Amino acid sequence: MSQVTLSVRRRTFLKASLALGASQAVGAPFVIRALGDEPVKIGMVNPLTGVLSALAQSEVDGAKHAEAEINKKGGILGRQVQLLVEDSANDVGTGVQKTSKLIDRDKVDVILGDVNSGIAYAMSQVTSEKKVFHIVPGGHTDPITGTNCKWNVFRVCNTTTMDASAVTPELVKRFGKKWFFITPDYAYGHTLQDAFIKALTKLGGTYDGDFLPINNTDFSATLIKARAYKPNVLLNNMGGLTQINCMKQFTQFGMQKQMALGGALFELESIKGCPPEAQTGWWDMEWWWNQPNVPEVVKFVADYRAATKKTPSARDWFGYVSMHTVRLGAEKAKSLEGPKLAAALQDFELPPDVALQPGKVRYRAGDHELMPNIFVGEAHPPKSGADDVFTVAALVPGEEAAGSVADTGCTMVQPT
Amino acid sequence: MAQVILFNVTNGLIIGAFYVLMALGLSLILNLSNVINFAHGNFLALGGYLAFTLSPTLGYWGALLISPLLTALIGVVVERLMIRRIYNRDPVYSLLLTFGLAFVMQDAARYIWGPNGLPMGLPDALAQPVTVDLFFITWYRIFMVTIVIVAVIGLFAFLRYTRIGLRIRAGTLDLETVASLGVNVRHLRTFNFAVGCLLAGLSGVLAAGQIGLNPNMGDDLLMPSFIAIIVGGVGSLIGTLFGGLLIGMAAALTTVFYPAASEAVIYAILMIVLLIRPRGLLGEEGMLS
Amino acid sequence: MSLATLTGVARFPEGRRPLVLIAIWAVLLTVPFWLPLLGGYTALAGRVLVFGLAAMGLNMLLGFTGVLSFGHAAYFGLGAYGAGLTLRYLVHSTPLAMLAGTLLGGLAGTLFGMLIVRRRGVYFAMCTIAFGQLWYYLAYSWNSFTGGFDGLRDFHREAVGFGPLTLDITDAGTPFYYFLLAIFAAAVALMGLLLRSPFGRTLLAIRENERRARSLGIPVERHIWLSFSISCFFTALAGTLYALLNNFADPLALHYSLSGYFVVMTVIGGMRTFWGPLLGAAVFVVLQDYISSMTVNWMSFIGAIFILVVLFFPRGLLGTRRRIAAT
Repeated sequence: MSQVTLSVRRRTFLKASLALGASQAVGAPFVIRALGDEPVKIGMVNPLTGVLSALAQSEVDGAKHAEAEINKKGGILGRQVQLLVEDSANDVGTGVQKTSKLIDRDKVDVILGDVNSGIAYAMSQVTSEKKVFHIVPGGHTDPITGTNCKWNVFRVCNTTTMDASAVTPELVKRFGKKWFFITPDYAYGHTLQDAFIKALTKLGGTYDGDFLPINNTDFSATLIKARAYKPNVLLNNMGGLTQINCMKQFTQFGMQKQMALGGALFELESIKGCPPEAQTGWWDMEWWWNQPNVPEVVKFVADYRAATKKTPSARDWFGYVSMHTVRLGAEKAKSLEGPKLAAALQDFELPPDVALQPGKVRYRAGDHELMPNIFVGEAHPPKSGADDVFTVAALVPGEEAAGSVADTGCTMVQPT
Repeated sequence: MAQVILFNVTNGLIIGAFYVLMALGLSLILNLSNVINFAHGNFLALGGYLAFTLSPTLGYWGALLISPLLTALIGVVVERLMIRRIYNRDPVYSLLLTFGLAFVMQDAARYIWGPNGLPMGLPDALAQPVTVDLFFITWYRIFMVTIVIVAVIGLFAFLRYTRIGLRIRAGTLDLETVASLGVNVRHLRTFNFAVGCLLAGLSGVLAAGQIGLNPNMGDDLLMPSFIAIIVGGVGSLIGTLFGGLLIGMAAALTTVFYPAASEAVIYAILMIVLLIRPRGLLGEEGMLS
Repeated sequence: MSLATLTGVARFPEGRRPLVLIAIWAVLLTVPFWLPLLGGYTALAGRVLVFGLAAMGLNMLLGFTGVLSFGHAAYFGLGAYGAGLTLRYLVHSTPLAMLAGTLLGGLAGTLFGMLIVRRRGVYFAMCTIAFGQLWYYLAYSWNSFTGGFDGLRDFHREAVGFGPLTLDITDAGTPFYYFLLAIFAAAVALMGLLLRSPFGRTLLAIRENERRARSLGIPVERHIWLSFSISCFFTALAGTLYALLNNFADPLALHYSLSGYFVVMTVIGGMRTFWGPLLGAAVFVVLQDYISSMTVNWMSFIGAIFILVVLFFPRGLLGTRRRIAAT
């Protein structure tokens, strides 16, 4: 008898929670409609959980900061902006599902995302089918604005070609032409290494290297091989935590005495996760906060620090730029429809308070890739503050490093 | 050439040592309680994070000593609150429970310590290479292997020579009889679980010094631990020891010839063992079947 | 206590069963109409169907034969990759892709089942986990073939032709949902037939008391192996649908965490019931979708759900009802 009563209590509990859940689901759309003017909804899908979460969170922070700024100045086309953030959990199925959800249920006008290039690509298939404007703030794989380019997809961060081509001349000039690569064995790693090899061989360099599993933790075998090869520069192409471990082991073995260290990206979040002896090497930054000669940047950094208590990294800037790009595009096109926004942003140049760097920063028409400067410089332990871990030596214009549109393999198909 | 061989053998021992420590803890819990602890990798991470938090106050050595004990303590709490209730049920429940626990623990780690990687400071003495020639062997690596050897010997001695150890070993073979002999089986299981978590926590502190801290750090060690147990033979701790060393060595040696395949070789060994000798190299027929 | 309760199969009075079936199909058929009103969206329903089918496939093994596999995502993922690879490299045909994927996953399961069929309990589960991870590892390492870590892309579902008629399912809207539902219906009907057959009854006997079944002369290992195989085929079929739903196949579809999701869906709905896994899939997918939109800490909530279900609702939603009906 007691088992039955217990089960009855369970059933009541279940019914109550289902009812509660259903009421939430039913209530939500009605609540929004009651808020007077419909806001402009922008949906962001990013891996807030999983190995890329630190980078994803920075992008979200940047976007939220922009959202607040835009709303203070009157919104987009006179309407307030609402940023809806969904977690793709670093899983393609979830990313695609959330994108569908944002478009079908929440009726967003624009989609942003994903840090994970594979997910970004899968999302772009959904967004182009539904004719929704899509910006990829920080997914780096080349095909997104290359062989798989789409009329509705724009990208803020650089291609691997741009990053590799920007840092190579500096490394060759300072250290020499004999290089050793440590590269993760997946698409991004391969394209990055190929880009480096292309840039290096153009300058007459020679190289050797190893491909390692993405999650490799122990680099001793490869580092020994590198040491025996006696290169001028060791190229650390690993990403995330594996990059940090490679750096640590490199300095633990005292190899910085025999060769220089360099590579494409070594993001602020990663540098800060390193012990001081591993904060070294020559890298690209896709955007850097410490630009004392650019007043817009000084103001932006001060505002950002006041609002979020942290110094903006390139990722924060990606999120920030993406949101403002939507605003600027909508203002020019007087509409939020996908095809019109895309048309308005062809060859669109960002104003200085959004570009936050010297020079002309524009979205190239042929492949929709943003052409910012690439900040080439040296990483070092903190100097004037915890975030002063990088000193810029050269600014390479993106267009110079990118190669032509034909090189990227992009043939844009316009919407029907 | 000699340098390369020497290096790879030592490297294999180091990698194997890690797998062994993790797998032994997992195996202990599996053998006595029939529970696959999916959260074992998270206990490892917990040990590392606790050491990170404690080292400013206790120093590295204090943290090394205390954090595995704290991890074991948390293991006791978890066991008494949750795992205890599902011992005699269908194994599906214990798997789901520890699986859910793994989710919660990983999220908690991310929430408390943040999603970014954190560096774990080592005492300067340990971070040096042993000699200029053998630059790839730092004192820390030797230290790690030493600690693992001490821990493993300690574990086996404990199981062989103490009364609790004897009861655990007996319980692995026939828990019912042990209970009927008047042993408090509930306490035994709790203690056993705590020892398993202690080993995981210790692995975590050691791993933190090598690869730094992040919420997912235990995940990559979980599968090799499983495989070490299956290859070595379920029910046999010596088998697990052997299995861990075997796959560690195999992974290290493969890195010499074809680095990209160093993970693949572990799975290849798994398949070969399942095909040729499904009970594992040192497993006994009838264990857990 | 009747024999019916002993074997765990409470029999509904004759009149009720058709009514239940009609109710279930009425709900499923009208989803595109009522779901958006509740704040849902059709892609969500598609996901529920796909996962539900996968969980029901697993349930053949778990709930009806009493054998635990915690690595079923491997066959699901193999189905997805099989379909994707076919569409990308071989032929632009949805039915053929589905066939290829189902065969790939099903055969892998069949062969693997042969290896471990003598194991039981926790060890069996461990082997299934490890085997699943092997495929996960292969998928994300073999860059040139499977697209590796980034997943398999550049394929999409093709319109399906039936002689003069063509069903255009390339759009992700309502027609595709009905296509999924049709496949689901066919699979579920087949599964029901199998479980109601003497073969199915034998599986139940094995679940209830393996030793007694063996003493009756039933070839237990062979039945378990067959049950394992068949469940892998169904789960692989679900996997092909997943690839068609996303136009993408990625390594996480093979990972043990997805296996865990399938198991928890089965348990939430009620392991020993036929429709339980579908209900469990609905509850889980909707909950996960909802919670992950609310908070970044959704993993804690999902983990807590796992724990609460195990500790307090082990029989699941439908299982609880059954017990009350039976006593």
